[in-house]
Amino acid sequence: MTKKILIVDDEPNIVMSLEFLMKKAGFEVAVAVDGEEALAQVAKLNPDLVLLDVMMPKKSGYEVCEALRSDPARAAMKIVMLTAKGRDTEVAKGMALGADAYVTKPFSTKELVTQVTSLLGG
Amino acid sequence: MLQGWVIVLAAFAYLGVLFAIAYRADRRADAGRSVIASPVVYALSLAVYCTTWTFYGSVGRAAATGIGFLPIYLGPTLTLALGWFIIAKIVRVAKLNRITSIADFVASRYGKSQLLGGLVTVIAVIGVIPYIALQLKAVSNSFTILLSYPEIVMPAKAGTAPLLNDSAFYVAIVMAAFTILFGTRHLDATERHEGMVAAIAFESVVKLVAFFTVGLFVTYGIHDGFADVFDRAQESARLSALMTTADTARSYGSWAGLTFLSMLSVLLLPRQFQIAVVENVNPDHVRRAIWLFPLYLFIINIFVLPIAIGGLLQFPSGVDADTFVLTLPMAHHQQAIALLVFIGGLSAATGMIIVETIALSTMVCNDLVMPVLLRMRSLRLQERHDLSGLLLEIRRWAIGLILMLGYLYFRLAGEAYALVSIGLISFAAVAQFAPAVIGGLYWKGGTREGALAGLSAGFAVWVYTLLLPSFAKSGWLPDDFMAHGLFGLELLRPLQLFGLTGLDEISHCLFWSLLANIGAYLGVSLLRAPNAREVRQATLFVDVEERGRVVGWRGGAPVADLLPLAGRFLGPERAREAFERHARERGLAAVEDLPADARLVQFAESLLAGAIGSASARVMVASVVQEEPLGIDEVMNILDEASQVRAYSHELEEKSRELERATAELREANERLRELDRMKDDFMSTVSHELRTPLTSIRAFSEMLFDDPCTELAERKRFLGIIVSEAGRLTRLINQILDLAKLESGRAEWSPVEVDLAEIARESADSMSQVYRHKGVALTLDVPESGAVVLGDRDRLTQVLINLLSNAQKFVAAGSGQVRVSVRCEGEFVKVVVSDNGPGVPAEERETIFEKFRQGGSVLTDKPHGTGLGLPISREIVEYFGGRLWVESDPGGGAAFVFTLPVFGDGGR
Amino acid sequence: MAPAFGVESIAMNHSRLTAQRLVALFLLGCLLFNFPLLALFNQGGEVFGIPLLYAYLFGAWLALIGLMAFVAERRH
Repeated sequence: MTKKILIVDDEPNIVMSLEFLMKKAGFEVAVAVDGEEALAQVAKLNPDLVLLDVMMPKKSGYEVCEALRSDPARAAMKIVMLTAKGRDTEVAKGMALGADAYVTKPFSTKELVTQVTSLLGG
Repeated sequence: MLQGWVIVLAAFAYLGVLFAIAYRADRRADAGRSVIASPVVYALSLAVYCTTWTFYGSVGRAAATGIGFLPIYLGPTLTLALGWFIIAKIVRVAKLNRITSIADFVASRYGKSQLLGGLVTVIAVIGVIPYIALQLKAVSNSFTILLSYPEIVMPAKAGTAPLLNDSAFYVAIVMAAFTILFGTRHLDATERHEGMVAAIAFESVVKLVAFFTVGLFVTYGIHDGFADVFDRAQESARLSALMTTADTARSYGSWAGLTFLSMLSVLLLPRQFQIAVVENVNPDHVRRAIWLFPLYLFIINIFVLPIAIGGLLQFPSGVDADTFVLTLPMAHHQQAIALLVFIGGLSAATGMIIVETIALSTMVCNDLVMPVLLRMRSLRLQERHDLSGLLLEIRRWAIGLILMLGYLYFRLAGEAYALVSIGLISFAAVAQFAPAVIGGLYWKGGTREGALAGLSAGFAVWVYTLLLPSFAKSGWLPDDFMAHGLFGLELLRPLQLFGLTGLDEISHCLFWSLLANIGAYLGVSLLRAPNAREVRQATLFVDVEERGRVVGWRGGAPVADLLPLAGRFLGPERAREAFERHARERGLAAVEDLPADARLVQFAESLLAGAIGSASARVMVASVVQEEPLGIDEVMNILDEASQVRAYSHELEEKSRELERATAELREANERLRELDRMKDDFMSTVSHELRTPLTSIRAFSEMLFDDPCTELAERKRFLGIIVSEAGRLTRLINQILDLAKLESGRAEWSPVEVDLAEIARESADSMSQVYRHKGVALTLDVPESGAVVLGDRDRLTQVLINLLSNAQKFVAAGSGQVRVSVRCEGEFVKVVVSDNGPGVPAEERETIFEKFRQGGSVLTDKPHGTGLGLPISREIVEYFGGRLWVESDPGGGAAFVFTLPVFGDGGR
Repeated sequence: MAPAFGVESIAMNHSRLTAQRLVALFLLGCLLFNFPLLALFNQGGEVFGIPLLYAYLFGAWLALIGLMAFVAERRH
């Protein structure tokens, strides 16, 4: 069965590149452009993994991550945080909130695909 | 018809009111709610300066000399101007040393000398008794005159009526009884009389109201105002002469002399010293009195001349000018005003008599009688347990005696002089205290002998040049010494001493007496260096500001000796209470725990000083302390040490103050640095975020293209397009960051010239027209031909307009979007508005959009809009040229970005 | 922030300044109420129906009192 991935970012070009990469790696892809839409999509599609940007309008990535982790039914869902802010404190914050991985922009496409695949038990 | 009994009843009713006020004030003081703790009450009580001499006598003097009554009130005004220097300092000294009177002050200053205290007391009593006589005369005369209402009959000459028919005799008795009741109800260790002060302040109001009423009546009731009074006066040669004073050196000299004399008296008269210093509850009250007391004097003097002129017009002869205040209302059958005047005069007299006799009786008791009694071993006073009753007894007798002496003087000499002259004799007597008091306050070199010599010499000259002539004029003394001098020596004629002529007798006396006084004070003081005790006291007085307490006792005395000693004078209960307070202050549980040290002796002495004066207190304490007196060298050493320590600690204080300042500055600078550091950190983090975002797209698409060379052509084209546009965004971003950094650091290069904003608006619109057409947005211009000239940098202002136009275009819908640019001159500003029909800017974002990297309207997903730096840069530019940039918006009604710049020259007006 | 004695010393300075201003007023008063200024006004003539010397003395006096009030009551 194909794994489902939800891409959450407010930069259209980045969304486009992630969408292209993930589809090419053989995943099913959905997109959300802000935090609120992300929560709605998760509820609707129940993805296996969320690629989550931190700096977004309406709800930040941290808030979304916290909301998702507070739901025990989604304990198995993987969360990969994406951020352009690479400071150590921010990485620590993301991990503390329950993210499975933390990727700094600009990322290497190959590494990202590898990481996502391994997280999904590939 | 005013019956005698009505007048007497009114007088007693008034005294009753006074007593009630005093009683109430005392009760409230005991309850801790002082009514006199007010600067206004203090200033009003100082007006005890205005006696019947002012109330009746000023008009008399004005009738004789015109404006010549004024120096007596101008002098105090000048003294009060120095109040902050002199009065406030004396008050502090007196509080620190528990001074009870002016005699005590002088005695204490020159080493607590009993002899000096006694001398000051004698001078004060002799000098002031004529003044008291004057009050008796005034009250008795006004009573007699009022009795024959509505006839105006001058009273018989003083001393001609038999004793038991003489109203002045009864006035003296009533006054004595009243003062005894008033001032010696209990012995107060602080020697303050709150009730008395409250009553005196009340009396000041009464006499002012009474005098003012007469003034109004004469000026506006009898005449038609000031101008009318003076007009009528001009008609008579005699009256018009009152409008000026003689234009001679003698006249100006006399004027200056009187001013100087009253300057001293307002401070040195025993009653003034009592009220201004001893009864003062708070040194800060002086601040209000500085102007309020002179204002009182001003008001009470406004009508003096009109009343004098009115009187002279009304009574060409036969009526004493000293009675005009009373006889004018009587002549016009104004019964009520006449009675009010009588009460006003009574209040002026009682105020003076009460305070003066209380002050004098304290001095007589503490500085004259007690020292003598304590010396008389046969009385065995040292063995009596409670002397406080005796102290009160002595004071009561002293009050009675002083008033009787006043009455005696009135009977014997009362007719020789007009009221004003008697007052001036007293003034000249107390002026003798000036060198010892003022000198002692500012010069440490004065000695006991110097003060004694100065006072004696000055007093002797006063007696010879003023008192004896006044006796001679009253017929007590043969007057040939007046005409030919003592022993027939012409040079010794008392009114032309050493042939000095050209001065009036008061100025003459003042000159010679103060010359002798100051000369002897300085000369004798300089004969030897001050001894230990004098140095100690001089330091306490002169350096009172330094608050250094110099302990002058070595060795101590046990409580068991000191407590009974204090108890003898204060009463055992009061003494015990005071000792208990002292024990508590030193953190001890019981009186018996107090150590027998110098501090305890010091305390006991100052406690006693409050009751019996500093000189006697010292003697009493010395009788129980086995004192090893300090030698002058030792005292000097202590003082030197103390002043060295003081200087050293001063230096230390200064140093630590500097240090603290430096520390605070450092802390502040550090704080600022840390804040800057945090801001820089935040900025770097934001910048890095903004730079990474386009970089992410570029890297992702480049890698994808690199990894998969067989990407379809269309796809490849699209990816490359994104890479190109993101690279462009990255370039813009870097440029703008550098630009902003340059603007903010002030390193930007500007070339301000006259530019026409209308022109700039048109050019900017032109260069943006391609973009607008492409998106399908309508751009309209509402720009004048020219005339919107401002001082600015052409390129920078173009940058601002293009930025605003480009923003507007991004936020409106394609196809239906409309953007409008208008340029207007409004007053001194050119106003440029770029408005659109986009979604608008919510209120909470109207300021934040001008912050770096804050972009508005993020709901639109077609990012990238821009760098988030356009608006901050635009604002920097506009503000640099003295303008403002802001946004106005109605929700849903579009946004209007507005900026203003000052019009250059006259171009826009 | 400022240490307590700093405040006190400012108050002291202020009080010293007030005292100096009052002394200046004292000197002004000595000047106004004495020869030779007095002689300037010691002549016939009236101001609004009031003799010149009388008007001058009371006017100068009131002005001086006003200045004293202003200086004495001014707080920092």
